[in-house]
Amino acid sequence: MTTESAVRREPSVEELERVTIRFAGDSGDGMQLTGTQFTKTAAVFGNDLATLPDIPAEIRAPTGSLPGVSGFQLSFASSDIRTPGDQPDVLVAMNPAALKVNIGDLKQGGLLIVDEDEFNAANLKKAAYSSNPLEDGSLAGYQLVQIKITRQNELALEGIPMNAQQKFRSRNFYALGIILWLYGRSLDTTVKWATQQFRRNPDVLEANLRALRSGHSFGETSELFHVRYDVPAAQVAPGLYRHISGNEATALGFVAASVLSGLPLFYGSYPITPASTVLHELSKLKNFGVKTFQAEDEIAAIGAAIGAAYGGHLGLTGTSGPGLALKSEALNLAVMTELPIVVIDVQRAGPSTGMPTKTEQSDLLQAMFGRNGDSSVAIVAPATPSECFSMAIEAFRIALKYMVPVIYMSDGYLGNGSEPWRIPSLADLPKIEYRYGVPQGGDFNPYLRDPKTLARPWAVPGQKGLEHRIGGLEKSANSGDISYDASNHHHMTMMRKQRVERIVQDVPPIEVLGPPEGDLLVVGWGGTYGAITTAAERARATGKRVASTHIRYLNPFPANLGEVLKSYKRVLVPELNAGQLVWLLRARYLVDAVGFNKISGQPFKIVEIEGKIDELLGLRGPYELDFGQASALGGG
Amino acid sequence: MTAPTANPNGLINGDLPVLTRKDFVTDQEVRWCPGCGDYSILAQMQKMLPDLKIPKENLVFISGIGCSSRFPYYVETYGFHSIHGRALTLATGLKTARPELTVFVVTGDGDGLSIGGNHLLHAMRRNVDLNVILFNNRIYGLTKGQFSPTSEFGKVTTSSPYGTTEQPLNPIRVALAAGATYAARSIDRDTRHLEETLYAATQHKGMSFVEVFQNCNIYNDGAFAAFTDKEVRQDKMVYLEHGKPLRFGKEREHGIRLNGFTPEIVENATSDDGLLVHDIHASSPTLADILVGMDYPAFPVPVGVFRDVQAPTFDGLVAQQVEDARAKGEGRFEDILRGGDTWEVS
Repeated sequence: MTTESAVRREPSVEELERVTIRFAGDSGDGMQLTGTQFTKTAAVFGNDLATLPDIPAEIRAPTGSLPGVSGFQLSFASSDIRTPGDQPDVLVAMNPAALKVNIGDLKQGGLLIVDEDEFNAANLKKAAYSSNPLEDGSLAGYQLVQIKITRQNELALEGIPMNAQQKFRSRNFYALGIILWLYGRSLDTTVKWATQQFRRNPDVLEANLRALRSGHSFGETSELFHVRYDVPAAQVAPGLYRHISGNEATALGFVAASVLSGLPLFYGSYPITPASTVLHELSKLKNFGVKTFQAEDEIAAIGAAIGAAYGGHLGLTGTSGPGLALKSEALNLAVMTELPIVVIDVQRAGPSTGMPTKTEQSDLLQAMFGRNGDSSVAIVAPATPSECFSMAIEAFRIALKYMVPVIYMSDGYLGNGSEPWRIPSLADLPKIEYRYGVPQGGDFNPYLRDPKTLARPWAVPGQKGLEHRIGGLEKSANSGDISYDASNHHHMTMMRKQRVERIVQDVPPIEVLGPPEGDLLVVGWGGTYGAITTAAERARATGKRVASTHIRYLNPFPANLGEVLKSYKRVLVPELNAGQLVWLLRARYLVDAVGFNKISGQPFKIVEIEGKIDELLGLRGPYELDFGQASALGGG
Repeated sequence: MTAPTANPNGLINGDLPVLTRKDFVTDQEVRWCPGCGDYSILAQMQKMLPDLKIPKENLVFISGIGCSSRFPYYVETYGFHSIHGRALTLATGLKTARPELTVFVVTGDGDGLSIGGNHLLHAMRRNVDLNVILFNNRIYGLTKGQFSPTSEFGKVTTSSPYGTTEQPLNPIRVALAAGATYAARSIDRDTRHLEETLYAATQHKGMSFVEVFQNCNIYNDGAFAAFTDKEVRQDKMVYLEHGKPLRFGKEREHGIRLNGFTPEIVENATSDDGLLVHDIHASSPTLADILVGMDYPAFPVPVGVFRDVQAPTFDGLVAQQVEDARAKGEGRFEDILRGGDTWEVS
């Protein structure tokens, strides 16, 4: 780059409240790592943030191809934010395919940084570009910054005994260095991480650190950027914070349930996207008595969890939608034997194999009804990545108190997404209570219920005098003996149903954000919390009488939900499915709730919900979703 | 964290009440068809259990679905009648969580080899310390007489009026292939052998797999009669005994020898020289594989212990990992919560 003046100009610094960046490249380019490192740096700085990794289905699709594009979006801010941003302000595209898949999402006038070296004929062809977008004027609406990242990275790494291909793998750190400079961020967090990560491989460490520092220096000296940006730290509640993903929080929450109950945790699971990282996390925590069992299939995973629960431990299994389907018969065994297991469902796009790496909320009705017979289970759902921790504890609190299986519904967006988390003190969390059976003198009655909770006693092997037999056949009330008696089956079915209904005693009343009555209530559950809450907040800021509420207890619903729903003229239920919660609400409360459904594998954008709110308020015509060109991230 | 534990002193502190067969009989009415082979297996089990000298609250019977799977209701211990084919999954979870319990799994040829076949393979290769008893009657009884995975080729049943068109599985062969550390076979009619076999299986540390030929007198009567009838038993079956040459016949006059890897019958073998000597502890499963290949009627049917070798158990290894991790310092859970990069906001 030549400059008009020999005198170096300091770029001006512009303060921003919020920035959304998307890193995109080939699945082998280390985009998840790059995004994660930037996220950690922003977190340690004190920004509020939210992330959205978008991983292609194939581990290694052909290099440079459209289906092989991997993306990581993060939004960081000086204010409280709840979503990873609707549209990126900045797009880093490491090759033509990444540009093609992601450019449609970049804000008009947004900053576009590309690795110029990768825009060669072969890569352009793989990305199905007929002309080079860097030259044909098609990117005129963006602030295009072309950097020879590959070549400059290679020069920076000169002298390190690595071949060109190995050096190529450090270029994500070069790009990261540039972005860290652009936002005035320190390299410390990444240097610390790399030093630990590559401690056994000094050449790789040296290469990554040099790439990182060279990228940073390049930003400082190149004068390609006329403005640097500053996003001040957010004002948040005092305390110790860390950055956490939903699946990490889920794993830690279940270990916390073990600590709070004093019962060892047993986790049976079969690998499945996007739930597998829960298994990875828990398998590391053996020093807390956690036993993990990678089962031969989904059924064995839940069977083993039931066996562990029968043995008086915390029986936990985890899966995604297809696995929940496979587990349904065994789940019903836990319903019938009234054993306290928890099933994690990190939902993904279905039906069948669907789109494993894409998020969806379409297992709610499966969780609610997907079993033979009249079969009720409790259902809870965290609303944010960090809330996965507290709802995991909640799941076992309910399971043990009511001797009932609980389905804990997360989703790919929550599980892979992350945010800052104020680390709780375990001492502040209440202990989890349970009730073991006690010998009654004479015959033990394993189905003699607690009058308040209708829970049966937990009689675990090894307790003298409580020997008894249970199973999937209908039981006689109290004695638990096999019974085909007509009135007994009616009675026991109602007992099982009512026991789940009684959980409402322990469900906190639902809270509303916004006016207690008004024109519109927006109701959500699970990972849509951020988009819904922010959209409703923006509506109120412009004087609209709109409130929002989020349901974390889906069976049973909070006691005051019906009353809340009836306090508004209209009820809108945005969901990432074809209309499941709305169906339950309409059936249960006879309210004319309206669904707003998006089934694209991507989370809601705030503007989408704002659009639908305006439609329901009569401020515009019908709102239609715009899915853009390529589906946001991830290409094919 | 403490778990409810079985009394670890039960065996040694002398407090164990002397249990008898009656202590293991429940108040439930036994609902198998009169004449069913299951009665014999239940009786031998109830006779054998006191010999274990384990407090009955530390014994658990887990079953799947099928005639045999009613078994837990009739044994006065902890019992779990689960769902079709999945008994081993529950047992694996229970034993892994609570290794101090003695866990039995009762299954059948349909439950264990058809719908639950996958679990059988994996429990075997893991060597979970369970006592598995597979009642093989070569038929589906509870669902009224369909062929099973062990029904002989061409068998006419309610679901195969023209005869089956599929080959049967040999349960012991499946067990050996999956890496079973203990595999044995017995028959419902030889009560003494059955009781001894059940007892011996419980003494094996690791998964013990016992196949019991069991007569279904309603849907498959006489399935094993050709070699288990008292009059022919000595001639048509060979009782495997560790360290002894394979001999059979009323006077034990015939023997088995090997020609390469092929077994041969030696009629009226006057000397033990050259006869195959059984070794249940052989580290290689080859000998057991050869024996399990001795099919009736070309050979007498082998019963007894095919294989008994020691290997670390799954439940033991899992417990060991937990113990090792703890020995390195349990650490405070708070420290894990605070793991990674943290920052203080004041």
